[in-house]
Amino acid sequence: MTITIARTLDVKGLSCPIPIVKTAQAMKQLVAGDVIEVLATDPGSVKDFAAWSKATRNPLIESSQEGGVFRFVLQKKG
Amino acid sequence: MTLVMDRPEIAPQPATEDEKTTGGLVIFAWSGELDKIWPTLILANTAAALGKPVTVFFTFWGLFPLVKNDRGITGDGWMQKMLSFMNRGGLKNMKLSKMNFMGMGPSMMKTLAKRYSVSSPQDLLDTAKEMGVKLIPCQMTMDLMGLTKDDLIDGLEEPAGAATALAVAEGATTLFI
Repeated sequence: MTITIARTLDVKGLSCPIPIVKTAQAMKQLVAGDVIEVLATDPGSVKDFAAWSKATRNPLIESSQEGGVFRFVLQKKG
Repeated sequence: MTLVMDRPEIAPQPATEDEKTTGGLVIFAWSGELDKIWPTLILANTAAALGKPVTVFFTFWGLFPLVKNDRGITGDGWMQKMLSFMNRGGLKNMKLSKMNFMGMGPSMMKTLAKRYSVSSPQDLLDTAKEMGVKLIPCQMTMDLMGLTKDDLIDGLEEPAGAATALAVAEGATTLFI
């Protein structure tokens, strides 16, 4: 199955709680099932995105890191 | 036994569904210090991002960050005027609870925040409004400290009392900061 990314949100350089806040705002503009990719540099965001996904029940499909950039792929819950 | 109330209209009314913050976050912002109002706003924004209803009730010193930055002396009579002179209102005039160093502390803290891309209290306050965080000024404090609605920034809820704050807090996580 291939995943189509509906939107990429760049929050590199921003600190807690802005990556989460901006993601929540972006999520509102998506429709159920849409997938969003978030790029961040805040090391705290790894735990925060997992917690946010759990609390809001929007699945976190991927959480990875490459060269100091964290990549989170989230799907808007149906 | 039947209880007859003389004035049923003053009986406390249960909070309506719209007023309640069940499962949400209610913060009583009591301190006006920069290092307390800052995390207050961070928590409010984060809870809103988690999809929770959030209300911040600003009381006592906590009301002063909501005063317009350029407001100068407020109140009637020498006591309220002196208070506003000694404890200048406005988010940008807030002091640190420790290491204030006559104002050098806050400006160093803001420089550090900029360097490490931490959002300023002003940005967080603006974002909180965008995120639908309800900001309620305490009416009693306004009367006591001589602050009018005109002295306060825009985008706030109608001033209210402790009963409103507690009714909203029903079923919510509460913090007193």
